Parts: sequence; C-alpha cells; structure tokens
Amino acid sequence: MKAVITVLGSDKVGIIAKVSSLLAKKNVNILDISQTIMQDIFTMIMLVDFSGSDCKVSELGEELEKCGQELGVSITIAHEGIFNSMHRI
Amino acid sequence: MINTLEIMETINMIREENLDIRTITMGISLLDCIGDNADISAGRVYDKITKKAENLVKIGNDIEKEYGIPIINKRISVTPISLVAQSCKGYTKFAQALDLAAHETGVNFIGGYGALVHKGYTKGDIEFIETIPEALATTKRVCSSVNIGSTKAGINMNAVRQMGQIIKKTAELTADTAGFGCAKLVVFANAVEDNPFMAGAFHGVGEGESIINVGVSGPGVVKCALEKVKGADFGVVAETIKRTAFKITRVGQLVANEASKRLGVPFGIVDLSLAPTPAVGDSVAYILEEMGLEKCGAPGTTAALALLNDAVKKGGTMASSYVGGLSGAFIPVSEDAGMIEAAVCGSLTLEKLEAMTCVCSVGIDMVVVPGDTSAESISGLIADEAAIGVVNTKTTAVRIIPACGKKIGDIVEFGGLLGRGPVMPINSFDCSKFIARGGRIPAPMHSLKN
Repeated sequence: MKAVITVLGSDKVGIIAKVSSLLAKKNVNILDISQTIMQDIFTMIMLVDFSGSDCKVSELGEELEKCGQELGVSITIAHEGIFNSMHRI
Repeated sequence: MINTLEIMETINMIREENLDIRTITMGISLLDCIGDNADISAGRVYDKITKKAENLVKIGNDIEKEYGIPIINKRISVTPISLVAQSCKGYTKFAQALDLAAHETGVNFIGGYGALVHKGYTKGDIEFIETIPEALATTKRVCSSVNIGSTKAGINMNAVRQMGQIIKKTAELTADTAGFGCAKLVVFANAVEDNPFMAGAFHGVGEGESIINVGVSGPGVVKCALEKVKGADFGVVAETIKRTAFKITRVGQLVANEASKRLGVPFGIVDLSLAPTPAVGDSVAYILEEMGLEKCGAPGTTAALALLNDAVKKGGTMASSYVGGLSGAFIPVSEDAGMIEAAVCGSLTLEKLEAMTCVCSVGIDMVVVPGDTSAESISGLIADEAAIGVVNTKTTAVRIIPACGKKIGDIVEFGGLLGRGPVMPINSFDCSKFIARGGRIPAPMHSLKN
C-alpha cells in the first residue's frame, strides 16, 4: 500500500531528516521525494510504501502531525487512492 | 506518480475549500422485525440495527484517517416504521428503540420514523403519523419523513392537511429548543428510497437487506473553481462545475467502495448533492453569487441554480457506477451562510425559494417562519411544493419550523450543522377552505406513460 505525505510551511534545516528518520523507524520505504516553493510556501511531497511495515497510515498520521508541530510545518498523509481516484481514470 | 500540482489541488480542496464526504449512511431493512407484540418487535429492531451497524462509525473513522478526507456524518436509515409497527402498534416504543440503537452505534441521526401515504392511508398510517410529534420530542437522534404525493399517484390532500397540524404540534412540543423537532421532520413528494441525507433518509421497501449509500459535498470547491473563471461565459462556467463535480464524486465513489468492502455490505449509490454547511466557504448561495449575483435571491438566481444543478449531475454521473438519492444542490436556509445573509437582508424570500425548488433538490428546507403561522398555511405550502414535485417528476420536500414565540426578523439558533435561521415572512392570507377539502389531487397527465 502506498501513501502520499505532504509537508507545507516555511523552509528550515532538518525537515527531511526528521520526517525520513520517523519513516525509517516504522520501516516505511520512501519511493519518491519532490520539493518546491509554491506561492512562497515550502512544499514537500513524498510517495511512501507501507508494504514492509506493520504501521497503519492513521497511526503514522498522528506521529507525523506531532512531528509537524515540532517543526512548525503542516504534515498530512493520505492513501494514494484518493489522488488516483480524483486525477486518473 | 501523480504530479505535485494534482496532489496540491486535492490537499487544497480538503484543507482550504471544505471538501468532505458528508455522510456514509447504512440502510437497514427492518421487514423481518415485524411482529404482533410491540416490545418484542422493537427489541428485534434494536438488536438488528446494533448488530448490522456495529462497526459503521469505527470504519468510517478509519477511512477518514487513512485517506485524509473528512467524513462528517455516519448515519443509519431504516424501513419506514409505519410499515414495521402497524401490526402491533406501540409506535413510540419503536422510536425509543431507534434512538437507543443510534446512541449505541454512535451515529448522530437515524432516519425512517416515517410513512408512505402518497395515495392513501391505512388505519395504522393515520395513527402512526399522530405519534410523530411525541417521537421527535422524546428522542434525540430519530428523524422522520412522510411521503404525501407522487407523480404516479397524485397528492394525498388528507395527509397534506394532517402534516400541517403535525408540524405545528412538533414545534409546540419542542418549543424549548425553538422547534428543533421540526428540523428532524420532512414532508416529501416523490420521496426516494436510497437518500443518504437526513432528515429525509429511509430504507425503501424495494431495497435489499442492507446497503451503503454515500453523500458527497463540496460547495466550497465549486465556488473556488468558479473564482478562477471570473467573467467567462456560461459554457465555461458549466464546464468548470462539471469538472469539479467529477473530481468530488470520484472521491465519494472511492469512499463508498471502501466502506462497502470493509463493512461487508453492498454499495448502493453515491448521491451527487451539493450540501452546504453554515461554515463560511461552504455555501451554495456563494456559488450563485460568484456567477454574478449581488445576493442570492436576486433576479437570475433560479437560472444560476438550474445551471449549477445540471452541471453537477453531468459531471458527477460519469464519476460513479451508481448514482441515486436526491442528487442535486440543496438550499437549506439555516444551514447555508450565504442563504442566511440573503434572507436577513431581504433578498431571499419564501416565494423565491419556492421557484428555486423547481430546478434543484429538494425543497423548502430549514426555513423558519413565525410561531403564529397556521397549520393550514403550512399545509398550503406543502401542497404547493408537492405540486411542483408531482408535475415536474422530481422530489420536493418541506422542512419548515414554525418557531413558537418568534416573529419576523428574529434569529433562531439550532447549532451544529443545522445552523441558525432567520424567521422569514410567509404569506398570511387564508387557505383554510382549500385545505379543508381533503381527498386526492389526481396524478398529472404525463404520469400515464404505459
């Protein structure tokens, strides 16, 4: 199962490090990362794979939210299905 | 992989534009709970609902967290109770059983304390309808609906007369909450059997054992999409709404499939309605205003709503395997920030709302009128709405609150998704002789299709 993580906020040192170390701890594999500045907002998008992990998306979501609060950015996670449904036929 | 812009579009729809799944509603048949003893039969009702819907709320919450899309309501609809309880009477025991079952399963509303009397009454139907005010006043989560007309049968004017009285009585019994009971009571013409939205949801007799119906929403998303095509012609407006409705509905279909799979209950329909909430930015009225109207209710409003309603259906239909329910834009006054403003400033009147109901779902919805409005005037309004529905082969409804002790200009607070309603003027000329006639208005010519 794959999911998409988005990080929005102001850029600072250590965002990727912190998020990816949390993912590593949960054995969630990062398949792709892209980052850009959209309308002056730092935007990072990660595609991650849960197939080797015992962790659920909802559990990771709670930890990512905490992680986001510490970093002062907003982090969301969603099953890739919602994006595929909306944008691919 | 989906590209960044597409991902951000979805995230923005959810975070900024109030995209949500308005409801996952589980329809449950109670036909096998019928018996000749009210206590035993109501017990079966409770047992069946609590067993079938045991995991509804939990699974709804799981899907919400996993897919990152808010699922606002989880609800239950059941077979109209007049059918289930006629053989044993004791109707209010069933209302209590429904309320307890709703509490136990954690849903916020349960619909189906209703009757289907569009052509005629059984003795049990008349007795049942008389219990609606008490049932609504003594329960928290039970919703009621009565179908009083259909294109095939015409309009049961005896039921129209009775429902005017029932609405008044419900308002009186729930006067301490400004007539909140009336917010849980809908009078339909051409009621649909698979509507997931409250207060009018019930599980029709043509439905299966149980079913999952999903209502999507997203007036805010449509409004934001239209902001990007300011001044463009109506072809562009319609196309923009269609594209947006397609995307919204695809999410609804995804959630419906997922809920159906996890609950082990067949998927029924996705309802394409645009359902507003009182939150600013989640209003159908604002969409109409975005099209170029100073205020909702201004000349042009009906045309704008007709375009919106049609484009939502055209876009949504292609995105779902089964479309049903009410599927159209809702215009509940107290639940829509833009409608409230328009009613307060005098732009939106009851007569304009009636015209708008010709081109959208559902009808005169969540409208507060003065407490001294007569039962006959309410019946007259029900008859007018039913006529629109019956003649135009569409669903129409009346959910009106004659708020005790309130007068024109007062504001009635319902709270939550039901919002706040300004007390609106209703034509006070008398129609009591018209309503007193009773009988049945025949079905229109075009119902004879065979």
